Amino acid sequence: MLLKNTYNEFVKILAKPRSYLGIGALTLLIGVILFAMKADGGSFISFVTASFEQTLSFNGNILNGNLIGFIILQMLIIHIPLLVALVTGDLISGEAAMGTVRMLASKPISRTNIVLSKFIAGAVYTLVLTLWLGFLALIVAKWIFGTGDLIVLNSDGLVILQEQDIMWRYGLAFMVAFLSLLTISTLSICLSAFADNSIGPIVSTMAIIILFTIIGSLDVSVFDTIKPYLFTTHMASWRSFFEDPIPTSKIIQSVVILLVHNVILVVVAIVKFNKKDITS
Amino acid sequence: MEKETVIKVEHLAKSFGSFQAVKDVSFTVSRGDVFGFLGPNGAGKSTTIRCLLSLIKPNAGNIELFGKSYTNSRSEILSKIGSIIEKPDFYKYLSAQKNLEIFARISGASVSKSQIGEMLEFVGLAGRGGDKIGGFSHGMKQRLGIAQTLLHQPDLIILDEPTTGLDPQGIVEIRNLILRLKNEQNKTILLSSHQLSEIELIANRMVIINKGKSIVEGEVQDLLNAQELVVHLEVDVVEKAKQVISTHFSNAQFVGETATELEVAIEKSQVPNLNKALIENGVQVFALEPKRKLEDFFMKIVQS
Repeated sequence: MLLKNTYNEFVKILAKPRSYLGIGALTLLIGVILFAMKADGGSFISFVTASFEQTLSFNGNILNGNLIGFIILQMLIIHIPLLVALVTGDLISGEAAMGTVRMLASKPISRTNIVLSKFIAGAVYTLVLTLWLGFLALIVAKWIFGTGDLIVLNSDGLVILQEQDIMWRYGLAFMVAFLSLLTISTLSICLSAFADNSIGPIVSTMAIIILFTIIGSLDVSVFDTIKPYLFTTHMASWRSFFEDPIPTSKIIQSVVILLVHNVILVVVAIVKFNKKDITS
Repeated sequence: MEKETVIKVEHLAKSFGSFQAVKDVSFTVSRGDVFGFLGPNGAGKSTTIRCLLSLIKPNAGNIELFGKSYTNSRSEILSKIGSIIEKPDFYKYLSAQKNLEIFARISGASVSKSQIGEMLEFVGLAGRGGDKIGGFSHGMKQRLGIAQTLLHQPDLIILDEPTTGLDPQGIVEIRNLILRLKNEQNKTILLSSHQLSEIELIANRMVIINKGKSIVEGEVQDLLNAQELVVHLEVDVVEKAKQVISTHFSNAQFVGETATELEVAIEKSQVPNLNKALIENGVQVFALEPKRKLEDFFMKIVQS
């Protein structure tokens, strides 16, 4: 029954116009960035490298697909949560808003399976969005700008990664980025179990992300104890794969915290949906 | 031989915060019954039906369907039930066919695409399967809702206000569909409705609930026959008519009158004699009609 309803969820997601908004918006945003970089990427790079030009000499194709991919990932990882929440925040509450939850919950499928099937469908949608981001940010960028070494500006200076040392880092970075976005997906599904309208969970998800991001960036000691446990603190962990050496323990800690968030949020959604009186 | 009990509800109660929607509802539905579930707005009908479908968890009381409870046999019970609760809502962005496929997949039975086509034909939506629900009228959605309830060949069909919001033609269409289910497929049907005439025409048993409590339950005909028939008369002189009726029918009771109209409660067998007596005593009778019995019965029960 879980598989059958998961298939149903895919059918619904594929038929909803809003599902294509995320793909479309992502394509448009990356298209604009690629166009801007193609048109005036040299100035952008000069601005970044200017402070190092007295001590370093930059040769070769600096503005390459690897760098563009990194820039795009860094720029969009903040905005993609909205595109994810737009679809996943509607998965349970949208049924209540449409009235179909009555029919769904009076079928011989357990409410736990209803939530799990929506979680799986949401996860697959998030994965598709992440893969599409990867395809556009890396594959298309490489096709347009060519390949080369990657220069990354970290807080402790420049890191130059050799061309042959980059793709595996991207592979792992996208996996962690997917886990971050999956947490957003699970959060919005969890909030969706509490609501009977489509907009509430989407807005609430974004509000939580903004709030946690602000708490994470405030240099106030009172928040120091909770900062390491906020999922937003770990959403940029994908970037750690472009450090040298790679801070493995830091990444593992982030992955564990994100996974724990996912498990807790799914359990909360299941418990809430099972206890919920369906009155809509 | 005693018929199998399909639904058994005992002392059901449900509150939402401080509001007690259902206080004490009990009734029993047997296999093959078309069971009328009557009550005014806010009586607790929909809450009771949602409890029957495990959409709402009752605070007290006991529900058994097919002799089993939801605690241990939820999936088994729900696989035997088809239902429409208030109004059938579907995925507007999907076609009628796709909607039925979605609900068929989780109905607990194997339903082929050809069976879905046959069901669309049964409810009069042949050729409309590919159309998106967004363009469907309320009546078409109701018919599609009935198709959805029947897809997995359920033993019990629960229809909560299936004619709400329909025009007269739509009401007749749905009523005929229910009659076909009763006559052709011998389904057990629980029908909640404001259309009292519908219950009178279709149901064999009924319960009336009011203010969250079940008031009366039994065979529709028994309950109706136990009541006096109220005859509505239109005559030339009301006072003269009353005098004739009082003289000839000592058991008759006057329940209402206007300048030219009179309502008399009288035994059904005496109606022909009533007409004869009025005419023989020079009273001109322009109209003589029995009022709808169930409506009167319902109002009497609810008002008491």
